[in-house]
Amino acid sequence: MAETATNLETLAPPAELRRAPVVENNRGLGWLTDKLTAFTEGKTPRWWWILFLPAAFFATVVLPTMLIYQISTGIGVWGNNHPVMWGWDIINFVWWVGVAHAGTLISAMLFLTRQHWRTTIGRMAEAMTVFAVMMAGLYPAIHIGRAWFAWFMFPVPTYEGMWPQFRSPLMWDVFAVNTYLMVSTLFWYMGLIPDIALLRDRAKTRMRKFIYSLLALGWTGSARQWHHFEKAYVVLAGLCTLLVFTVSSIVGLDFATSQLAGWHATIFPLYFVVGAVYCGFGMVLVLLIPLRKLCHLEDIITTRHLDRICKLTLLSSLCITYIYLMEYYIAWYGGNPYERWVFSHRLLGHTYWYGGWIMLTVNFLMAQLLWFKRIRQNLKIVFVLAVLINIGMWFERFTIIVGSLYQDFLPANWGFYKQTWVDIGTYMGTLGAFFMMYLLFIRFLPMIPVAEVKSVLPQGNPHHPLGGAKGGKS
Amino acid sequence: MSVKTYGLIAEFDSPAAILAAAERVRDSGYQRWDVFSPFPIHGLDNVMGLKNSLVGWFALAFGGSAFVTTMGLIWFCNTFDYPLIVGGKPMFSLPMSFVPSYILMILGGAVGAFIGMIALNQLPRWHHPLFGKKRFELVSRDKFFLVVGANDPKFSETETRKLLEQSGGVHIELVEDED
Repeated sequence: MAETATNLETLAPPAELRRAPVVENNRGLGWLTDKLTAFTEGKTPRWWWILFLPAAFFATVVLPTMLIYQISTGIGVWGNNHPVMWGWDIINFVWWVGVAHAGTLISAMLFLTRQHWRTTIGRMAEAMTVFAVMMAGLYPAIHIGRAWFAWFMFPVPTYEGMWPQFRSPLMWDVFAVNTYLMVSTLFWYMGLIPDIALLRDRAKTRMRKFIYSLLALGWTGSARQWHHFEKAYVVLAGLCTLLVFTVSSIVGLDFATSQLAGWHATIFPLYFVVGAVYCGFGMVLVLLIPLRKLCHLEDIITTRHLDRICKLTLLSSLCITYIYLMEYYIAWYGGNPYERWVFSHRLLGHTYWYGGWIMLTVNFLMAQLLWFKRIRQNLKIVFVLAVLINIGMWFERFTIIVGSLYQDFLPANWGFYKQTWVDIGTYMGTLGAFFMMYLLFIRFLPMIPVAEVKSVLPQGNPHHPLGGAKGGKS
Repeated sequence: MSVKTYGLIAEFDSPAAILAAAERVRDSGYQRWDVFSPFPIHGLDNVMGLKNSLVGWFALAFGGSAFVTTMGLIWFCNTFDYPLIVGGKPMFSLPMSFVPSYILMILGGAVGAFIGMIALNQLPRWHHPLFGKKRFELVSRDKFFLVVGANDPKFSETETRKLLEQSGGVHIELVEDED
């Protein structure tokens, strides 16, 4: 027995080539179960209330107030006006869609590529996706002005015999965003079923037992159930991966199919996908770094996992930098005077020049700090960088939208844009709603996919000595 | 209300133990048995002889029909029922109809995969005979269970119990179900 164990040891790759375990300090299945359910079962910590109450205030007081005021009065309460017809509403729509994308990329694409480390952060990233898409979907619905006619966008048979006009990418967007919301919610909920069953089995009170029993749908964890579950999970992951590329491409097409200089570019779909993923990684880091500390998940979300997200952030920063360069190059090489005007004014104009500089400084220059391991391992700096990335990406959308609209082809047509307090209030309201839902999620549902983490541990591998395997038999 | 035997349940400690026990139960010629675990165990599908899941076909059927339906809907809306010239573009063309159809194909595929998973697993169900067993609550934690159904042709309370004991199972109990 001892002999075969040493045999196994010699067969293993040398130390430097071995993969570090997903969960540190060799924790067993029981420990993991207790640890990962502790937050939903324990007493609500004070920090949760401190974060939750302001978020809930913005979500339940500020946001409805702004929406009621805007819908009952009209779009004029926002800063949008001729010629800048798209303002904070569309900036924030694109921003929220972008935030959602990294969640899908982490939970679906890294699943398909069998990156085991993604199991620990997948659920949190998916939840971010679901809530961010909800916030994104709100904007187009209220941006149409007469929100009570939002149903015109759906092919509903009515007495007037009107149908949506499917030649417009804006129409495709309706389907893309709604599909994104539904598919990511399904993916998220399906992954939750076994873990809700775990909470059901551990429930101490009748109320918890009842609610989790309903949500778990009677899951028993039989091999046949797992068999179908795994297949469905792969299929959903594959479909979600398609959405990563589709949804933001369509948002990009909303811009690219117009004639406006600064928007009319074939690179736009790709531009928006890459920007979305980059911004989303920023948001993932903003959520993960504090929660890991506050919920004591250091052994599970290890610094190695955060290091990898940092590397992916750096990679997407390089991609977006390439696209920025390409955009400027085409503006110059294309020889279109209007295009050249818009692009030179993004950095050297007299009104909105700061947007272009913020976007370049943060998204290109500051992200280069992530090349250094010492920076990647200093989580405080990474957190600040992640917040800045979100701000930088917000200004990218500001530059693209306002920067292209305010000075178009005819100087007589030029104008200004300034946001109003309703614009700001609505944005703060959506931020509050997002964080409120996120805090409720971590409080009542398992934020780490318990079953998935167990399945990638050596303790869960029937061919590993820690999983009970004897000797070298595999 | 009569009570009938549902099967015999045995508890195991590790994934390797349950895999070995499953091999043993299979080799003894049992057909109606199942394994319950906190997570999917690698290699168990082969031991149990589970064939490729049909979930993929559900996704294909739902996704494919969503694609075709959306194409048809767009043709109906913009070409047949209310033809309207916009920007001199054709009444119906692939560039305009493909993208929404593709998007709804993804939606259909996802809904299909989910419905397929639920239907093939016979969920949702509010009751399962195993939920009556106190120790079965550990199935989502760190214990592994093997249940041999009473409807198995080879099932015998004494012989099956002996087999489960020999395979290393502990807490072997009879599961009963209300009729």
